[in-house]
Amino acid sequence: MTSADNLRAFRRDGRIVIVGASLAGLRAAESLRAEGFTGSLTMIGDELGEPYDRPPLSKQVLTGWVPAGGTTLPRRRDINAEWLLGVPASGLDLATDHVRLADGREVPFDRVLISTGVRARPWFVESEAALDGVFVVRTREHAEGLQRALAAGPSRVLVIGAGFTGSEIASVCRERDIPVTVAELAPYPLVGALGAMIGEVAADMQRAHGVDLRCGVKVTQLEGDAQGRLRRAHFDDGSTIDADVAVVALGGIRNTEWLQGSGLAAGVWGIACDTGCRAMDLNGLITDDVFVAGDVARCPNPVYEYRLISLEHWANAVEQAEVAAHNMLHGQAERWPHLSIPRFWSIQFGVNIKSVGVPTFADEVVVTQGSVSGHRFVAAYGYQGRVTAAVTFNNAKWLDHYRRLIETAAPFPPPCPTPDQPVDTKPVPVDFPGPTLLAQGATVVVTGHDPGERRVTAAHQHHR
Amino acid sequence: MTTTETPDMLHRILDYSSRSDPYPLYAELRRTPVARQDDGSYVISTYRELADILHNPHLSSDVRNLSHPMPSAEAGGTPSFINMDPPDHDRLRRMAMRHFGPPHTPGLVTALEPDLTATVGGLLDDCAGKEQIDIVDDLAYPFPVSVICHLLGVPREDEPRFRVWVNDLINSIDYDPRTDPKQKLDDGVQARQDLREYLGGLVEQRHGRPGDDLLARLANDDGPDGRMTDEEIISTANLLLIAGHETTVNLIANGMLTLLRHPQILERLRGEPDLVVPLVEELLRYEPPVHIIPWRAAYSDVTVADTVIPQGSQVMLMLASGSRDPDRFHDPDRFDPDRSDNQHLGFGSGIHLCFGGPLARREAQIALTELVRRLDRPSLVADPPPYRRSPVLRGPIHLRVEQNGG
Ligand SMILES: Cc1cc2nc3c(=O)[nH]c(=O)nc-3n(C[C@H](O)[C@H](O)[C@H](O)COP(=O)(O)OP(=O)(O)OC[C@H]3O[C@@H](n4cnc5c(N)ncnc54)[C@H](O)[C@@H]3O)c2cc1C
Ligand code: HEM
Repeated sequence: MTSADNLRAFRRDGRIVIVGASLAGLRAAESLRAEGFTGSLTMIGDELGEPYDRPPLSKQVLTGWVPAGGTTLPRRRDINAEWLLGVPASGLDLATDHVRLADGREVPFDRVLISTGVRARPWFVESEAALDGVFVVRTREHAEGLQRALAAGPSRVLVIGAGFTGSEIASVCRERDIPVTVAELAPYPLVGALGAMIGEVAADMQRAHGVDLRCGVKVTQLEGDAQGRLRRAHFDDGSTIDADVAVVALGGIRNTEWLQGSGLAAGVWGIACDTGCRAMDLNGLITDDVFVAGDVARCPNPVYEYRLISLEHWANAVEQAEVAAHNMLHGQAERWPHLSIPRFWSIQFGVNIKSVGVPTFADEVVVTQGSVSGHRFVAAYGYQGRVTAAVTFNNAKWLDHYRRLIETAAPFPPPCPTPDQPVDTKPVPVDFPGPTLLAQGATVVVTGHDPGERRVTAAHQHHR
Repeated sequence: MTTTETPDMLHRILDYSSRSDPYPLYAELRRTPVARQDDGSYVISTYRELADILHNPHLSSDVRNLSHPMPSAEAGGTPSFINMDPPDHDRLRRMAMRHFGPPHTPGLVTALEPDLTATVGGLLDDCAGKEQIDIVDDLAYPFPVSVICHLLGVPREDEPRFRVWVNDLINSIDYDPRTDPKQKLDDGVQARQDLREYLGGLVEQRHGRPGDDLLARLANDDGPDGRMTDEEIISTANLLLIAGHETTVNLIANGMLTLLRHPQILERLRGEPDLVVPLVEELLRYEPPVHIIPWRAAYSDVTVADTVIPQGSQVMLMLASGSRDPDRFHDPDRFDPDRSDNQHLGFGSGIHLCFGGPLARREAQIALTELVRRLDRPSLVADPPPYRRSPVLRGPIHLRVEQNGG
């Protein structure tokens, strides 16, 4: 679909299919219409009901402020689409340009957008995960169930995993005056995302709010009673605690299994794409008609040495959706690159945490403004002498400035003092547990010798 | 982007003869986004650079950080948080905001609406039958004082006294020793002192007596930051009064002026009351009440658009110029209430972003809606109208309007 005439015809009456009807999918659909696409639009989603927003699911929905059904995403325009909801896509055939549904239907397309996001990583023992009182939080139904369990006044909640979602849930428990234990394998909460220094602050915050925080421990078993209700959790240090609710907050799994055999560069790390949101195939070649957006995408960022980065950030999903939609309707010369600096926010223990950039892409961190002990500060992250990220605790108004520093590769540590100068302004090592931007295990193998025949094969196919 | 000397340009802008239409001069000024002046100060006039600098933590709002001290804006008394830096600014603003808006006091402006409408209605009733009214004297000027009295909890019977102080105080703000009688300044100083004393009395009465007005809430606060001292409460009340007065007057007066200059939009507003919301937004861009933030201080060396502004320099922010920057707004000199993506600089930005924005918007929306509804075929007596002296808070001193219907 290269010539201008073809593109015009495609915009007028082409067929676009979007797989994954949530934030990225809906926003892409709206952008397609806003940019003048008048052809047929099909939304495929395995969840029933209108697309909804997830961030409130671990916040206002659990406090009871907002009902689980009350987070429907606002519609910014009519998208005039055919909705195929409640059935997952099970395959993508790029030879014939069809999406296969699990019920056997086939949906043809000229261009397709993949925005299937992630799902919650379940507890690793299926029978224990099935106990009454064991939850994950990714969907509206999950949040509704957990909110009901919290409202019933459990004697103790165990949160497994102190990333953002786990920490937010612990915060809600304290707000509701429910005893809560947080178990985290790493030395501090949030340490995987923000490093040890901020992790320490997060740990203080949790303890100051009465969380029973246990770091460096692993939950080994969830024990139920005869009725199949959760009663107790066992730790690897031999200790146990009694709890009637456990929330498994161990991150997400990218929804890419349905793409096995499609020939796309899809795997546990997501679907690789270029900054124009066009999917890569297994060989790392860019495809023309397959686009990716949202949590499932793995996109290079020039600011970070062109590394492929997957983000589970609301704003990133929206921005990629808009770029993908634009590029689906335009030729090479008018394409947009997705170049924005990542942004993220979280609210926990009365603190508004925001970040800009990629904190894991750093070797040092320094507090540049405010007071750490007062839980209101800005910390800048640096990599080899330039600013690569910043995190604010109750100080979000400055983030734009730090975004500019990142964009302009400003020197780290930022040299000039500000009126709100912190006590300690010496950079410290950022200290992330384990390799962060490095892959964990092989996902592909390369075969062939001549340049014309060298090919990449997905590891799961190769080993089969 | 370079730094050149354009002192003439700034002087021409500040000169009273440019007051009725400074915009062509702003356009010339924007050719040098960051312009160094002869006296070592810097003038910033383009949208991106203004947005950058408003979020730059190396800029200070505290006069003491200027290497050449300024004539103090607030003679005596504790400064208010508009002239402070973090962390004190943040703490005081947070403590005041708790009682002024979401999340702790979400319904404040909505709850005020009936009162706002009634106040505007009452003022316009007094004009009924007059063939000529002055939008400034008859409506825009008395309106915000009433609102702030109500918010603070000034008893109705004291309002007339309060008004006199506010008038004297506001009048003295743009005191010019070359042309004004000294009396004007003295009245201002006296008014400031009387007002402080009066507010101090009100605060004192409220200790230990929780109530709904802002003074009672501030005097009895038990929020996470503790309680303001009485001095801080008085300064904050003063700030709300001053920051929220002439600005709102100008917004309403500029608004009516702009509508009278665009009769087709005025007509649309009659039939389409919801238009008032984007219309007021567009006013804040197109004819904003605050044209200039006259100074910030470079706390340490600051880099803007490749220019290094040395520590201690005074920095002038030409907000109204930024809101007319063609690099940011399409067709910026057109008044277009249907404009989307209207991120104007009318309320500033960053940590000092106007605290009263939601209230000011609603006040202007209600005033303009009522004016348009009740005036019968209004027309301007003079265009341009006479302006106040100030290039900073720019607006008509009178806006006389004739009603054809009698
Ligand atoms: C509890 C929680 C709190 C969060 N809080 C924040 C926050 O504070 N700040 C922030 O920036 N971000 C937050 N996020 C992340 C944010 O919600 C995500 O970045 C965003 O939802 C990504 O949108 P998406 O459309 O890419 O993916 P998703 O929202 O995951 O949507 C993917 C959709 O595709 C569907 N799907 C999957 N596989 C298939 C298939 N084979 N066929 C059909 N449909 C399929 C899924 O069911 C889902 O409906 C939070 C997320 C959660 C879960
Ligand atoms: C149309 C009307 C108004 C306009 C155009 C306006 C504009 C502004 C601007 C530009 C600033 C930023 C100043 C700076 O950065 O130094 C500001 C700050 C402020 N405004 Fe307004 N304002 C208006 C009405 C009000 C009202 C009604 C109130 C109060 C009731 C108010 C209270 C404040 C306060 C307290 C600040 C200081 C905020 C801080 O320093 O954190 N304003 N205003």
